[in-house]
Amino acid sequence: MIQKKRSFPVGTSILSVLVILGLVTVIVRYLNGLGAISNLSDGRAWGLWISFDLYCGVALAAGGFTLAGAVYIFNLKKYHPVVRPAILTAFLGYTLVILALLVDLGQPWYIWHAIIYWNIHSPLFEVAVCVMAYTTVLALEFSPAVFEGLSKSNFPVIRRFNWHVPIRIIRAIQIPLVIAGVVLSTLHQSSLGSMLLMMPETLHALWYTPILPILFLISAVAVGPAMVIFESTLSTRAFGHKLDLDVLSGLARAIPYILGLYLLLKVIDLMAVGEIGLIFLAYPQNMLWWGEIIVGVILPIILFSMPGVRQNRNAVFWSSVLVIIGLVLNRFNVSMLALGMRPGTIYFPHWMELAISVGLVADALLVILLAHRLLPIVSHGEAIEGSS
Amino acid sequence: MSKAVLYDATKCIGCRACQVACKQWNELPTEATINRGTYENPPQLSAYTFTKIRFNEVDDDDGKFHFVFTKLQCMHCEHPACVTACPVGALQKTPDGPVVYDDNKCFGCRYCMVACPFGIPNFEWDKPLPWIRKCTFCADRQGGGLEPACVTTCPTGALKFGDREELIIEARERITASSDKYVNHIYGEKEVGGTSWLYLSPVPFEKLGLPTLGSEPVTVDAERAMGAVPPVLFGAAAVMAGAYWVIKRRDRMSQERADKEERKEVTK
Repeated sequence: MIQKKRSFPVGTSILSVLVILGLVTVIVRYLNGLGAISNLSDGRAWGLWISFDLYCGVALAAGGFTLAGAVYIFNLKKYHPVVRPAILTAFLGYTLVILALLVDLGQPWYIWHAIIYWNIHSPLFEVAVCVMAYTTVLALEFSPAVFEGLSKSNFPVIRRFNWHVPIRIIRAIQIPLVIAGVVLSTLHQSSLGSMLLMMPETLHALWYTPILPILFLISAVAVGPAMVIFESTLSTRAFGHKLDLDVLSGLARAIPYILGLYLLLKVIDLMAVGEIGLIFLAYPQNMLWWGEIIVGVILPIILFSMPGVRQNRNAVFWSSVLVIIGLVLNRFNVSMLALGMRPGTIYFPHWMELAISVGLVADALLVILLAHRLLPIVSHGEAIEGSS
Repeated sequence: MSKAVLYDATKCIGCRACQVACKQWNELPTEATINRGTYENPPQLSAYTFTKIRFNEVDDDDGKFHFVFTKLQCMHCEHPACVTACPVGALQKTPDGPVVYDDNKCFGCRYCMVACPFGIPNFEWDKPLPWIRKCTFCADRQGGGLEPACVTTCPTGALKFGDREELIIEARERITASSDKYVNHIYGEKEVGGTSWLYLSPVPFEKLGLPTLGSEPVTVDAERAMGAVPPVLFGAAAVMAGAYWVIKRRDRMSQERADKEERKEVTK
């Protein structure tokens, strides 16, 4: 694990500057209020942070529970090498959500009120509980990598600690942890859809449906493997350890089935309430609808169904990027673009809103860089089952 | 029996005394606004303005001109979206009618603002430690046997405070007594499951700037989805645990079979 000494790389410097810029913005927010750093208003109370950091952040973290479930519950051992990076990204995704909420919430230091004051009818209560519980599960799921890293630390004092004890404990509860992760994710991904069920009058009819929670869950399951392909391809380029093409194409093969189910449900739902005509008539919103469906659903279904595409690393990568873009479009549509505002409101994110979100992503990238350098992320000799 | 207010737009003269009384009772600060060429001011509700009179210049279907007013404030719904939305129950519907807010629970998520079909709860955007603010229906005054401040101050009787059922009956009587004066609709009787504020108007309500809403509470789909959470929780846990057990057993059996056959090959 000995690294060559290098000068501070350019990428890391840029990321650090972005993180600092984000932090400065946070300070302004706590001195002068949310109005000073955002274009949010009474007419548009939720903006970029909710659409990007919460809605996209949670959905793009879906690689964690889909892969953990596939490997540990369905025993698809082939995908074992990508579980740890997937769980790390999921954990970072959820950390980003929490950090973004520290800025977005009016009184974030009272967030623990969600633990003691329950409103079991509120979808956001479900979201809050799932975020807290699942972030804990993800931290525990990832912790063996940290303990392994510490047990091989360069400092003898740290190395001497009995790190195999916590590792053995986590191993012993690994299967319950994975099941908890899958169950919490099922609830959490769908609850973000349930949240929008409160807005039947303001969310456009092309998107509003009582089955929104189910659609949210399915699209998250579809984007899970796509995110894993995306990350592992990038980390292959950045860190050099190449992944079997077999693993990538196996992940790619699953995506068309999930997206197909998603498309089917979406279209049948619109037909069932007789609103299918809106996809041609409801200009300009129908353009947004077609955008997310063509880019994120129809094109990936076609591409991933072609064996030639699945056997080509680049093609698999770019097709996954389409799935991800489509999902981001969808989440922006339902939480911002197709969600009506109070009359007379206009909204475009303030640059400081962007600075917060960009800073948080830079944060996560720095942690990934560090983790790959310091911790056993990809090639690790962990036994597949906890029985050892 | 829950309390309500009947606002009769044919009796409102747009004097805005209710706005002033509201600011006085709730000790709300003034807001700096710019002259937009109208006496209507401030331009919208905010964390510092719980009620306002909107001025409307309306041509009705017969081409007759009306200068009518809309009093805006929290409608105090019978099935409030904000109450269902609030994750910590900071907003509550009291049996007497008011939807009240408890800033000892709120953590500022603003879901109530997004969920409200009338666009009522507002946020203190200029404060480092902001809360949600909205009309309280003067729950504190009602607790002391008083009417809401705006009702007490109204000089023309455009606002009438009373029991909701009785006010609906009275509103219907007013419509039947002078059907040429009113549109035949009590806004708030049915809208989103009914509200504690009821409106009578000489022109259709969308011309008053009030949203056209169905009679089903907006909370129905969300509450149904939340009701499905416990079965999904236990169902998903059971399915995952079952799948793990079945798949593990199948793998072990096939492993054992392979071992046995291998042994047979060796002993042969």
